[in-house]
Amino acid sequence: MSGEEVNVVWLGSPTFPKAAHTALQDTQLRRNLKHATTTIRDKRLRAVAELDDWETLRLAGSQIKDRVMRHLEEYLLQLEASVTAAGGVVHWAQDARQANRIVTELVRAKGATEVVKIKSMATQEIGLNEALQDEGIEATETDLAELIVQLNDDRPSHILVPAIHRNRTEIRDIFRREMGKHGIPAPDGLTDEPRVLAEAARVHLREKFLRATVAVSGANFACADTGTVGVVESEGNGRMCLTLPETLITVMGIEKVLPSFADLEVFLQLLPRSSTAERMNPYTSLWTGVTPGDGPREFHLILLDNGRTKTLADTAGRSALHCIRCSACLNVCPVYERTGGRSYGSVYPGPIGAVLTPQLVGVGTSEHADSLPFASTLCGACYDACPVRIDIPEMLVHLRAKVVDSHRGGLPKPEALAMKGAQVVFGSPRRLALAERLGAVAGRIVGLGGGKWLPGPAKKWTGARDVPVPARESFRTWWRKAGRG
Amino acid sequence: MSAPTPADSAEAKAAILGRIRSALRDVPRDERPEEVEVTREYVDSHVSGDAGAVVDLFVERVEDYRATVTRVTEADAPAEIARILADKGIQSLVVPPAFPEGLLAGYQGSRLSDDPPLTPAELDASDAVITLAAQGIALTGTIVLDAGPGQGRRALSLVPDLHLCVVRAWQVAPDVPPAIRALIPDRPTTFISGPSATSDIELDRVEGVHGPRTLAVVLISD
Ligand code: SF4
Repeated sequence: MSGEEVNVVWLGSPTFPKAAHTALQDTQLRRNLKHATTTIRDKRLRAVAELDDWETLRLAGSQIKDRVMRHLEEYLLQLEASVTAAGGVVHWAQDARQANRIVTELVRAKGATEVVKIKSMATQEIGLNEALQDEGIEATETDLAELIVQLNDDRPSHILVPAIHRNRTEIRDIFRREMGKHGIPAPDGLTDEPRVLAEAARVHLREKFLRATVAVSGANFACADTGTVGVVESEGNGRMCLTLPETLITVMGIEKVLPSFADLEVFLQLLPRSSTAERMNPYTSLWTGVTPGDGPREFHLILLDNGRTKTLADTAGRSALHCIRCSACLNVCPVYERTGGRSYGSVYPGPIGAVLTPQLVGVGTSEHADSLPFASTLCGACYDACPVRIDIPEMLVHLRAKVVDSHRGGLPKPEALAMKGAQVVFGSPRRLALAERLGAVAGRIVGLGGGKWLPGPAKKWTGARDVPVPARESFRTWWRKAGRG
Repeated sequence: MSAPTPADSAEAKAAILGRIRSALRDVPRDERPEEVEVTREYVDSHVSGDAGAVVDLFVERVEDYRATVTRVTEADAPAEIARILADKGIQSLVVPPAFPEGLLAGYQGSRLSDDPPLTPAELDASDAVITLAAQGIALTGTIVLDAGPGQGRRALSLVPDLHLCVVRAWQVAPDVPPAIRALIPDRPTTFISGPSATSDIELDRVEGVHGPRTLAVVLISD
């Protein structure tokens, strides 16, 4: 065994300020993003407002996750036992390399040279498609947005809507140009009507679904007590993958385990409303091992670490593992809205990416990942939106301190790194200050619901230990008073 | 690339669990999972009112997804089902094992039985599928299938382009928590809330991608 190698950052990614600078020049991108995030933000507020006990649900969600993290070993062993008892096979992978190797060998053992895939953050994180390609296996993304990204050899920019940065005309052009190279071509006279584009994708992919013998998926959750695994989706491509092929391989981060099947009552309320802002997403599939005569005859569950245990070790950063990948924090983030997801240079963009990415790869190991905790105004909107109450702003401050500590005496200068993250997004120090003040005001208003987004552990900043951090002071104001800016 | 062996997996497992243990040194060794507080003060159902109100809400919410709901009595059900299938021009209908014969009494077209199992291509060539359901959920307008009698295996309700689902009023749970409690965990379960949809293009909702493009519900109440 070699030690774990973690790389959720795209190779050669520029640091956030550089990438953001480029993204900001792209007016089409900014328009697409603005439209998309505004639409989904309003919708989410309406979906959430329908449940008068939303705060109680959030609390339960965060507590369940807390319980899981504190007793992760026990729950994973229980999950392994219940999946095995239900006829599944459980594998353990310390890092991307191991996980990719397991998947590759399972596909090979079936004699398959192609697999169909359901959108999954975990498999993106480990670069599975590329790894399979190197071994001569073609992986087809079947989620519409992922298909758009894959056909264009592009990078995803949003957890939930990976092609959020492309508008309909761009998508039509991609389909016209690329579909034929990978299977059934786009029909003649393809227009940029979303309905027409979706139909082209349906036809293009259906042939692959009917033929596929192996599918690869991620998982939204897995219940330790019953071994039940769940995937939440909209299009039905997930159901196709989970149902038609003979072999199903699911790659799941170890933090996705839930104590019990009954806990689904919390997460199936929190997730759809936070992510697609619907009362319920069109399809949720739950399966337990294999069922004779229904669906795959073989089920493999790969439990992936890839930096998660590292994240678990930091008591102030641990709760980043509570994330259920709903993407609500992206949609409300003023920085994300302006730069888009690709500037984060990681499979995990936006506020959650800014706290998860550096922890997964390890603070102080990548200049790029280290720049991410600075890509925020600390306005607190992400915390308010998060269905499992992850205190992202507080964690950002904590990680900034860690980054600074890790760079002590080294390069790059933490001060230089510090202000550039968010400042570059807003164009000038004055506009950043304004954004932060607005954020603080917003924080006060929504904070009535028990928001505690204040950058509490800021006092950990070496050299500034005696500088008090007044309540609701923006990071920038505090920074300046601390004699740094 | 050499194939991973069971020993590799065991080694990986031991390493991961070891790292978890050392990462969680702050957790008292004698703490039991149940001691980590989970306050379940959320409501069991957001729906008030009697069974009739629950069913009315179910209908409203299913229709919100642009699915159709037809309310009928048991006696009228066969004729209504036949009418819907005829209106949609259904010529070949997938009928799962143990689907109640009586409900199809008025249907004239051809039937595809799943015994022996239909191939994916045969399912793809069919016009529609008719199934029963395990449950409905009113608040979210959801239909739950669990491969029980009259529902068939999962592929049946997925590949055909039209899914006609027969739900009985007594099967409708008011909200998600009671519905989860009524599930049988080891059954392959699918929650269906409206037809297949995507919002991947400029967040415009388009019904019908890979799953059935049309979802029609027949709600039988007495
Ligand atoms: S951090 Fe919270 S809001 Fe952001 S994606 Fe994760 S669960 Fe959703």
